[in-house]
Amino acid sequence: MREENARAYWAANVKLILSYLVVWFVVSYGCGILLADVLNNIQFFGFKLGFWFAQQGSIYVFLALIIMYARSMNKLDRKFDVHEE
Amino acid sequence: MDVQLLTYIFVGASFALYIGIAIWSRAASTKDFYVAGGGVSPIANGAATAADWMSAASFISMAGIIAYAGYDASVYLMGWTGGYVLLAMLLAPYLRKFGKFTVPDFIGDRYYSNVARTVAVVCVIFVSFTYVAGQMRGVGIVFARFLEVDVNLGVIIGMAIVFFYAVLGGMKGITYTQVAQYCVLIFAFLVPAVFLSILMTGHVLPQTGFGATVLDAAGNDTGVYLLERLDQIVQDLGFGAYTDGSKSTIDVFFITAALMCGTAGLPHVIVRFFTVPTVRDARISAGWALFFIALLYTTAPAVGAFARTNLIETVNNAEYEQLPEWFYNWENSGLIGWLDKNGDGRVQMAAGDPFQGKPNFAGDRNQTAGDFGQRVVTNAPTDNKSEVYIDRDIIVLANPEIGNLPAWVIALVAAGGVAAALSTAAGLLLVISSAVSHDLLKKTLKPDITEKQELMAARLAAIVAICIAGYFGINPPGFVAQVVAFAFGLAAASFFPVILMGIFYRRMNKEGAIAGMAVGLIFTFSYIVYFKFVSPELNSAEHWLFGVSPEGIGTVGMILNFLVAFLVSRVTAAPPEEIQHIVEDIRVPRGAGQAHAH
Repeated sequence: MREENARAYWAANVKLILSYLVVWFVVSYGCGILLADVLNNIQFFGFKLGFWFAQQGSIYVFLALIIMYARSMNKLDRKFDVHEE
Repeated sequence: MDVQLLTYIFVGASFALYIGIAIWSRAASTKDFYVAGGGVSPIANGAATAADWMSAASFISMAGIIAYAGYDASVYLMGWTGGYVLLAMLLAPYLRKFGKFTVPDFIGDRYYSNVARTVAVVCVIFVSFTYVAGQMRGVGIVFARFLEVDVNLGVIIGMAIVFFYAVLGGMKGITYTQVAQYCVLIFAFLVPAVFLSILMTGHVLPQTGFGATVLDAAGNDTGVYLLERLDQIVQDLGFGAYTDGSKSTIDVFFITAALMCGTAGLPHVIVRFFTVPTVRDARISAGWALFFIALLYTTAPAVGAFARTNLIETVNNAEYEQLPEWFYNWENSGLIGWLDKNGDGRVQMAAGDPFQGKPNFAGDRNQTAGDFGQRVVTNAPTDNKSEVYIDRDIIVLANPEIGNLPAWVIALVAAGGVAAALSTAAGLLLVISSAVSHDLLKKTLKPDITEKQELMAARLAAIVAICIAGYFGINPPGFVAQVVAFAFGLAAASFFPVILMGIFYRRMNKEGAIAGMAVGLIFTFSYIVYFKFVSPELNSAEHWLFGVSPEGIGTVGMILNFLVAFLVSRVTAAPPEEIQHIVEDIRVPRGAGQAHAH
C-alpha cells in the first residue's frame, strides 16, 4: 500500500512537472525565439511582443512557474501524506 | 567629499561587514563547512544563491553586452534564468532529500562507482576554476578603476578577504556574507538604473520605462517609444535594428538550451540547495533565488537600452572638445579611444570597428595629444566611418557619470562590483575545496580520516584553491573569455543529464551513466577546443555542425549523453536493489530531516 501510494504520488508529480515545462518551453523557446519574428508584428506597450518575451516576459513567467510548482507540490505532499513533519 | 574618498569608505565598510560576519559564523564541523549545518532559511539561501550566481560578469558586463547586442543578448537573459525552473522541478528537491554534501557525492553513490565519482570531481574542479579566474580578475579591475591601486594589489586584497571568510567559515561563513553581498550589489545596480529611467522616461521602474516614451531635455514627453527611437538611431548608423537578432534561430535555440541546462547543472549552484532544512524549503528557495536574480536580470536589458540611446545621442557627431567630462576620464583609463579619421574634430559612430583590436595609445594626454587634445591612437584604421572605440564594460561602470548622478552612487557601484565578484569566487572555491577534501580524500583515497582531519583538509584545499585562483587573476590566461563556453557546455553535457536520469529513471545504471558522461564530455570538449583553439579561423556558421556555435554545442553533447546512457543501460544489468531503493526514497519528501545527518 505504501509503495503504491508513493508510485501514485510520483506519477502525479511527473504529470505536474510536464505541464509546467510545456509552459516554460512555450514562453521562452516558443514566444522568445521560434515565434519571435511573428510576435514582433504585435505591439505591446512600447515593445515588440517577441522582443518583450525574450528580454522580460519569459523571466516573469519562470518565476511564476516555480512559485506555482512549489505551492502545488505542498498540496500534493499532504494529499498523499508524504509531507515532512 | 570626492569620489575617491567615498569609494574607499563604501568598499572599506562593506569589507568590514563581511569580516564581521565571518567571525560570527565560524564553522565547527564538516557539516557546517560543506552545507552550513543544513539550517539556512529558504529566503536567505535564495539571496545567497543569487549572489553566488551573479558574478562580476553579470554585474559589470551583462548590461553592456545587451546594449551592443540588443535582441541577440536575450540568450543570456533567458538562459541564465530559465535554468532555475529546471533546478526547482527536476533537481533541487530530490538532491536535498538525498542529503549529502556535494554533487560528486550524489553521482558516486547513485551510480555505485568511484569511477563516476572521480569523473565528476575532475569536471567540478575544471568548471569551477574556469569560472573563478575571471572573478579574481574582476575584483582587481574594480580596484584599479575606482581606487587607483594596481590591478595585482587589488587581486591580492580580494584574495585576503575571501581567504578570511571562506577558510574560517566554510559554507556557513560564505552563506551569510553572500546575503550581505547580495544586498550591496542589487542596491548598487538598481539605484543608477532607477535614476536613469526617471531621467529618460519619467518612469520609476526601469522595467516599465524600457517600454515607455522618451522625454526630451526639458522633460516633455516626445511621444516616441524608447525602443522605436533606439531602433531608428542604430539603423541610421548602419547597425541592424536593436530589437532584431543577427544570429540564426537554431543557434539562439541551442545556446539558450545549453545555458539553461548548464545553469541547472553547475555544482556551485546545486550545493546551495543542500543547505536548507527541508525538501519543501528547497523548492521555494529556488523561487526566492530566481526572484532575487530577476531583480537584476529584468533591469539589465532596460539599462542596456537606456545607455545605448544615451551614449549615441551624447557622443555621435559631437565636437570632441564639447564632450562631457566622463568621456575624457574613460579615455584616460584606455577604455575609450577616438581616431578622427576625417579630421573634422567630431566623433562619428558607425557600424564596424574603428580600428583593429583594442586601442593602443602613443602615451598619455600630456605627452602627445592630437589636434583636438585627444589621446593619440596608434592602431591601423579600418576603412569604415566608425571613429570611436568604447569598451562594453563602461556601460555599467560609467552610468552614474553619464547620468550625472551624485558621487556616492559611483562609490556604491564600485562596492557592488567587488561584492558580485567576491561572492561568486567564494562559492566556487568552496565547491573546489569540498571536491578535494570530501570526494577525493574522504570518499576515495583515505576513507578512515577523522572528521577533524577532513575539516582541516577542506581548509587547506580552500587555501590552495585561493592561491591558484589568485595566480590566474594576476596572470590571466589569454583564453579566459573563450572558456566560459566550456563551463556551461560541460555542465550541460555532463552533470545535468546524469543527475536527471539518476532521479527520474530508476533503471539507469553505472555503465549507462559513465558512458553517457564520457561521450557528452568528450564530444563537447573536442568541439569547443577545435573551434576555439585548433582552428579559430573556421569558427563561423558554415563550418559548424548543424549551424550550432561552440557556445551552444553543450546542448548537442547533452542529447548525446541522454541517448548513449539510455542505450547502454538497456543492454547492461539493472542497478542493484538497494540503489533502486535510494531512488524511490529521494522521490518522496518525508524523512529529509534525518537523512542529512551524514
